[in-house]
Amino acid sequence: MISRRGLLAGGAATAAGAFARHETSPPTHAERARVEPFHGPHQAGVATPPQVHAVFVGFDLREGIGGEAVVRLMHLLTDDAARLTQGRPALADTEPELAANPAGLTVTFGFGEGLFEAAKVDSPIRPLPAFETDKLDKRWSGGDLLVQVCADDGLTVAHAVRMLVKDARSFARVRWTQRGFRGGTKGPTQRNLMGQVDGTVNPTDLDQAVWIDADGMRGGTTMVLRRIRMHLETWDAADRVAREFTIGRRLDTGAPLTGRAERDDPDFERKNHLGFPVISEYAHIRRAHVTDPAQRILRRPYNYDEGLTEDGESDSGLLFASFQADIARQFVPIQRRLAEGDLLNEWVTAIGSAVFAIPPGCAPGGWIGEGLLG
Amino acid sequence: MPVFSRHALVLAAAVVALAGCGGGSTTATAPAATTAAAAAPSSPAATGLTITDPWVKTVKKGMTAAFGTLVNNGDTDVTIVSGTSPLSPTIELHEVVDSGGKMVMRPKEGGFVVPARGTHQLQPGGDHIMLMGVTEEVKPGAKVPFTLKVKGGQPLEFSAVGKDFAGGEEDYQPGHE
Repeated sequence: MISRRGLLAGGAATAAGAFARHETSPPTHAERARVEPFHGPHQAGVATPPQVHAVFVGFDLREGIGGEAVVRLMHLLTDDAARLTQGRPALADTEPELAANPAGLTVTFGFGEGLFEAAKVDSPIRPLPAFETDKLDKRWSGGDLLVQVCADDGLTVAHAVRMLVKDARSFARVRWTQRGFRGGTKGPTQRNLMGQVDGTVNPTDLDQAVWIDADGMRGGTTMVLRRIRMHLETWDAADRVAREFTIGRRLDTGAPLTGRAERDDPDFERKNHLGFPVISEYAHIRRAHVTDPAQRILRRPYNYDEGLTEDGESDSGLLFASFQADIARQFVPIQRRLAEGDLLNEWVTAIGSAVFAIPPGCAPGGWIGEGLLG
Repeated sequence: MPVFSRHALVLAAAVVALAGCGGGSTTATAPAATTAAAAAPSSPAATGLTITDPWVKTVKKGMTAAFGTLVNNGDTDVTIVSGTSPLSPTIELHEVVDSGGKMVMRPKEGGFVVPARGTHQLQPGGDHIMLMGVTEEVKPGAKVPFTLKVKGGQPLEFSAVGKDFAGGEEDYQPGHE
């Protein structure tokens, strides 16, 4: 005898197998009801454990939009986010029923250099220097305003994006939309589409590594968003030994080649019987390694997988999102070391890049950006 | 504890939550508040009347409408008889009715009645505050001050936030162009 539950589950599984682009089970009732706080000293969506789905929208302010208009825009967007994240419809929500399941929804705002320029305010962020390995495409780079929307339910994300964009479009046009997803268990680490465990080493003391302690930005941070294309066709040609050698970690457990478990510290000094380092001089984890925990960056990456060419080749990669108090001090040195000599560069290329100031959070009644633009 | 309807309870909770925010948004002079006016209920007048989530549809010129939820925390019905706003010399209280299969708007006879311990919705396709001719553009995110005159009570003052909204066209521009 087949129970109704079983039938429903079977149907869901079939649908998921047929249509889902990634392996995530449908959120449970409790997961759909989960509410992340909106108000506080920091914006949500940074320290928040990464949800399953993310959409990053980059906007450019329209001609003639100055400080006064940006303030109106941020009032509107803050109000939308404050309601939707709490499971309440946005003001004048045309589909209020879609707001009922926040599913851990967070909405995070970032200001690009162009927004500060438009508002005639000194920008706390600068563009990244050029990296030799980058092949940046304008359509995935830059932007005056970032809206990062994350939740464990794709429908929730879609509705929130729709309501936010409807309020933003009088002020700004959409420069790019980047959609991402994470698989496996929730938490800081996930697997990327190359099969690697991703995001193992993150800072633990966010006050040191992530949150800014300076007037106007106190409690805020910065974000680097890089669209990193993976060349999966050539990656297919690499065997497991080569893949593990490239990263410096085992594919199955994510453990460093010198350890047993994912969280073991890599032993960069250890040599093999031939006298060569077990973790190569050019292995990704050695090049990316940061000794001082206070200098680490908080990675919050999502996978992207945007469909197939006629010949069945994928457009896949990683939406590398990192948060750090100081881009020049923390992010740039890591990226320089990677650009200079990371074995992984053979199979990955940054095709998009943007940096944003992530203003502090706000109290109820406040708005995001008030300390910078108010 | 008076008996609240489920609706009123939800709204009352919203008012309490907002009032508890410390955002300085609950005073009658809401235009001066630094908050999104949309989230700011105005202060209870002597009648116990407030409005939650007031908003006004953006428009460059001509007619537009304002919406929100009127909440009566008092023990007697409250009747709103007229409204004013510096943005429009003429304001009418409208209802939308079915006239031979076509939804049309017209001034509501007797104004809006907000029942004791109850609410009255102003929404697209229903009762609304009609601005017959705005003197300047209603921009998104702008705060538009309003005063509603209450029969036998203190007027209700609030500001409504400008919001881009596609709907409601047929309601307040019948036969327009």
